[in-house]
Amino acid sequence: MKRLWLFASLLLVAALLLAACQPAAPAATEEPAAPAATDVPAAPAATDVPAAPVATDVPAPEEFIFGMLLVGPYNDHGYSQAHYEGGLYVEENLPGAKMIYIDKVNSADRPGTTPAQLAEDLLSKGAKLIIFNSDDMKDAAVEFAQAHPDVPTIHASGDSSWKDGVNYVEMPLFGNSFGRMEYGKMIAGCAAALTTKTGQVGYLGPLINDETRRLASSAYLGAKYCYENYAGKSAADLKFKVTWIGFWFNIPGFTSDPTQVADDFLNSGYDVVISGIDTTEGLVQAGKAKAAGKDAWAVPYDYVAACEESKDVCLGVPYFNWGPVYLKQAQAVKDGTFASYFEWLAPDWTDINNVDTSPVGFQKGAALSAEAATSLDAFIAELAGGLNLWTGPLNLQDGTAYLADGEVATDVQVWYLPQLLEGMEGQSVSAQ
Amino acid sequence: MLNKSSAGFKFGFQILAIVAALIFTTVVMLLAKAPPLEAYKLIFTGSVGSIGKISDVIVAWIPLLLATSGLLLTFAAGLWNIGIEGQITLGAIFTTWALRLLQDTSMSPTLIILIGFLAGILGGMIWASLTGLLKIYGGVNEIFGGLGLNFVATALTIWLIFGPWKRPGVGSMSGTVPFDNLLWLPQVEGLRMSWWSLGIGLIGIAIVYLILQGTYFGLRLKAVGKNGRAAFVIGIPTGKYMMSAFFICGAFAGLAGATQVLAVYHRLIPAISSGYGFLGLMVAMLINYQALWAAPVALFFAALNIGSIQLPIVLKLDSTLSGVLQGALVLFVLMMDGVRRRLTAKKVK
Repeated sequence: MKRLWLFASLLLVAALLLAACQPAAPAATEEPAAPAATDVPAAPAATDVPAAPVATDVPAPEEFIFGMLLVGPYNDHGYSQAHYEGGLYVEENLPGAKMIYIDKVNSADRPGTTPAQLAEDLLSKGAKLIIFNSDDMKDAAVEFAQAHPDVPTIHASGDSSWKDGVNYVEMPLFGNSFGRMEYGKMIAGCAAALTTKTGQVGYLGPLINDETRRLASSAYLGAKYCYENYAGKSAADLKFKVTWIGFWFNIPGFTSDPTQVADDFLNSGYDVVISGIDTTEGLVQAGKAKAAGKDAWAVPYDYVAACEESKDVCLGVPYFNWGPVYLKQAQAVKDGTFASYFEWLAPDWTDINNVDTSPVGFQKGAALSAEAATSLDAFIAELAGGLNLWTGPLNLQDGTAYLADGEVATDVQVWYLPQLLEGMEGQSVSAQ
Repeated sequence: MLNKSSAGFKFGFQILAIVAALIFTTVVMLLAKAPPLEAYKLIFTGSVGSIGKISDVIVAWIPLLLATSGLLLTFAAGLWNIGIEGQITLGAIFTTWALRLLQDTSMSPTLIILIGFLAGILGGMIWASLTGLLKIYGGVNEIFGGLGLNFVATALTIWLIFGPWKRPGVGSMSGTVPFDNLLWLPQVEGLRMSWWSLGIGLIGIAIVYLILQGTYFGLRLKAVGKNGRAAFVIGIPTGKYMMSAFFICGAFAGLAGATQVLAVYHRLIPAISSGYGFLGLMVAMLINYQALWAAPVALFFAALNIGSIQLPIVLKLDSTLSGVLQGALVLFVLMMDGVRRRLTAKKVK
């Protein structure tokens, strides 16, 4: 009997440990087959959301299956959900298109599997196009494409098919798509700078790499510009600090806790938290801080309706609109014209929130004051008119020259930004 | 009527347990509004439906089997080696370390891979010996010592990945730079499995079976496990035997970690153990520590893991459902075993 109790208690311990190691799976079981669009409450933004839950079963003469690997949960209100809804957009707009996907594709959530292996699962289910959605899957995407040179493959955010890039690998049917989120981040930084009362802006960073350095730096450039030119203050008084958590989202036990990082910002004088991670902890914690009577605002990231989780502190969200991006490529695959490509897509400046044309957008939030909104619109108009904040003089964080006076950064210089910029606090590369 | 202590009676209870676990999982699925039959079918076809799937199951099976093999020895010695996760991790770290040191030398890849395996074994043994030393000389229960060392192992992995072994200019828990293909354990053409790791896994469990069934060492180890005090009184150095069990289990765990690096991920990632240590504990409990059953049951668990990937694709179900089934199996088998013992005990009285 004693032994049995020992068994039982150990099992419990083991179960708890397993549970601890399996980070909160946002219960996909709760809503089995319902497209996520349904859980987006009708909001000012709802007109932009392709909300058509019925569209999944389009009776079409010819079925075209495409597969997507999502690094996080499909309903993360962030990066992965933006992709998922991009897939829904393709289903709606390409006759016969059907998306299959696997979410939570990372080694902590799916132990013992690799993205390349999961891509083969999608392939065996009939997918004619495989989309790897995350930077984290870069090696696996290339591995998969090399093992399956006849399968059209897209790696979002990657540079493997960029001939000017440093990681170019020649593959016949491999494409890279990414939006120029630098603009979205500049707008985010501007909104933060126009709002902060303390002059301290915190950036909740994911992991450190080329992409995240340039995006955090873009937010800083936007913040600095607006702090000076619209708020009429001295950029030297603006504090901009980046704290990295180590991955795109929280994986308990493996990353820093973004909730904790956001709280640390809000408790130490930073009154705006810009999120660079896939999930919405920054926004949620700012909401709690505000409820506790503090001045707190946040700018989430990635997903058009991200503000919904805490509207009254949300200044707006820079987001990806993958629908038109993937529609074009899916069409190309269907037509048999798909070939290796690299694209880094700017917003549609005539309307950055056009769901059919703009790969990157910025949805203003309810907490943005009318005055700030006016300035922000003016800033967006400046960007549309050709304002390039990646223009020298700009130094890297350690003081080395990055761009000479008047020098405009090339795509390669921006993409592979080696450090954060001068004036920003935070690590440029990981700690030794 | 069956004799209540007969093998048939025992077997009947096990069948009952399996049925109960299936019913339980089915109820969970019904609650989640998922079609159970379809789900079971998907798990089945997703694990044995094609050569590629079978190969993937084998890839998952080997480290799980190795971990289970090691655990059979510590269980035999009456030890709960919860620290096996950390031992797998340290094996992986040592293997990665060896490969990093040697990859740019002129040494032949075959030799480097071999050294990688040996380094993994060493890493697992060192980590297991810490738990053993704490237990035998420090009086720290191996469960707590092992748990603590698991956390240390994870912290060490993360420190290495973000620090000394980081990819140039990158600070991400994605893992270290993948090793060159030459340093991958040779795979079967077009598949991910490797005959070499399959061989290692099968030889591993065979060795454990032989140790436990056919050697004096195994017999004494079991004596230590059944009744340490009595074993000590009749002259078995129990401390030494427990330590040996830790060493051998650590070696197997380290080998599992080495396999994860050399044959599966080809680099160090934070969750390198893939939870096979904990899963191995469950397999060992499920088979009531009988080495003969380790291979098939571990294979079944691996098949559940691989097959369940179909659930999110087709049914939008969470694939941790396979974990529910695995956990339910262990729980119900243990529970039924307890019930059976009670019934038997009453009869005796």
